Amino acid sequence: MTDIKEVTYDEIRHLVSDRAMKGETMLLNMGPQHPSTHGVLRLLLELDGELVLNCIPDVGFLHTGVEKNMEAKTYQKAEVMTDRMDYMNTVGNNFTYCLAVEKLVGLDVPDRAQVLRVILAELTRIQSHLVWLGTSALDVAAMSVFLYAFREREATLNILELVSGQRMMTTYIRPGGVWRDVPPEFEPALRDFLNVMPKRIDEYEALLTKNPLFLDRTLGIGTISGQDAINWGATGASLRGSGINYDVRKFAPYSGYEQYDFEVPLRTEGDVYARYLVRIEEMRQSLRIIHQALEKLPAGPVRSNNYKFVPPPRSEIGTSMEALIHHFKLWTEGFNAPKGSVYVATESPRGELGCYLEGDGGPKPYRVHFRTPSFDNLQVLPVMGTGHLVADLVAIIGSVDIVLGDVDR
Amino acid sequence: MSEKLNQITQELCADFNGRLVEFAGEPSVILPADQLQAAARHIQADLGFELLSCMTAVDYWPEENPRFHVIYRFTSISNHLTLNMRVPVPGLSPSIPTVETVYHSANWHEREIFDMFGIRFEGHSDLRRLLMPADWEGHPLRKDYPLGYEEPQYSFNFDEIAVRKPAPKE
Repeated sequence: MTDIKEVTYDEIRHLVSDRAMKGETMLLNMGPQHPSTHGVLRLLLELDGELVLNCIPDVGFLHTGVEKNMEAKTYQKAEVMTDRMDYMNTVGNNFTYCLAVEKLVGLDVPDRAQVLRVILAELTRIQSHLVWLGTSALDVAAMSVFLYAFREREATLNILELVSGQRMMTTYIRPGGVWRDVPPEFEPALRDFLNVMPKRIDEYEALLTKNPLFLDRTLGIGTISGQDAINWGATGASLRGSGINYDVRKFAPYSGYEQYDFEVPLRTEGDVYARYLVRIEEMRQSLRIIHQALEKLPAGPVRSNNYKFVPPPRSEIGTSMEALIHHFKLWTEGFNAPKGSVYVATESPRGELGCYLEGDGGPKPYRVHFRTPSFDNLQVLPVMGTGHLVADLVAIIGSVDIVLGDVDR
Repeated sequence: MSEKLNQITQELCADFNGRLVEFAGEPSVILPADQLQAAARHIQADLGFELLSCMTAVDYWPEENPRFHVIYRFTSISNHLTLNMRVPVPGLSPSIPTVETVYHSANWHEREIFDMFGIRFEGHSDLRRLLMPADWEGHPLRKDYPLGYEEPQYSFNFDEIAVRKPAPKE
């Protein structure tokens, strides 16, 4: 054992100006326990009065070793870890991981399962945007939006509970399809939600979009050019708010997204207000996608019948010897995936969510890496935040919509 | 594989002394580390890949040369293309040049890889640990770094686990 190394300011000395060392500017910790950092994010700020001269994010407080742990589990069992990364986009994480597994082993997914996946992924996008809307409005002191947004979020969580038994960590999407078919109450519940939601989005807009107090806090704040945003790796609303049209659902359609008619909202201003408008419009587009998906939802199986990779239904295990053997093999040893690597990207509520998956011929992933949108979007924060007031930095953090579980994994 | 991507990968291999592997219909260019920065500049400026989508590493321990692969994934929104690139890194004092000067987003990705695999990025502006505490020892995602709990022993992996199972000492 070597001695424990003491961590001092020398480590970060090269990141702050000489004025900070002379005491002319102030170094201030914001976080890790701060209500407006949306999790456990620590920002080291160099301040000249109220003005942010430099902002150094310090992450890792929520690091749980998801990637290392997944290497020790079989492909199916590793999936439950993916819910827990970005806890606002649980279905989307499962979705990305399952697409990667399916691409690695070459597994087909039935049509009904593909449509169900799209419906639930869009529903999760709406609930994630509702949480962002509520909390980021709260950051700029608009209290009431939070209460309304969480009311509708309850409705989406109730639908997730209806189909999977779980409100957040659903693991409903599985390699080769979904866990089981949706109950009969699913469609009426979803239609109720679709009927009420457009009016609710108008209500949120009535509270914020032309509200002079909200405009004061958001217009021209945290501006970033499209060129900078893409070079810093920003995706999602942070990129589309700066005028670059990059949405993975359009760029490389997966799970049948090319069959749906929807727009990608774009703004060119690149400030907090532009990102707000983009996300509000995205919720409307998600509703459009769910509408179309619900209309075309085909009948049929929801899981692949390739029992080498997908566990057979419970009803078959009692009567079929093969089904029992498959079941036993899959839940003890798991299935073997070929040697090779794939990268699959989906559009999460925050941007491009990628899964790099490498197999070594055995039943466990050799390496899993998640390219999480919050990780790259948070990197842009110093570029957006420098030169603004501390209070504006709070609005900018809200507008980037980070989830620290997604950053640290 | 599209015609255009085919042409790009062929050219990259010829210009930067690389070779091509393919899996699941997607080609990957394997480039030597000394060509990395020149290749990254070429990929961004001339080939129009604006976004460094993903950057990560894999440890092939107990192989030593190369022990690691650093993996890059570029996206070109204007040309509607994606490109995979891998750079092999030896196990003994692993180090490769940084691409942070070309793609700013590599900053944190390289810090994460340094943190998790111990690969040094020469020329990086701020190579500190990103996720683990600053005084942490070891690099957790290396394959010789133990996970810390016992794996269940089944017939298919019995021998593999029996070898490293602690036995009672005489």
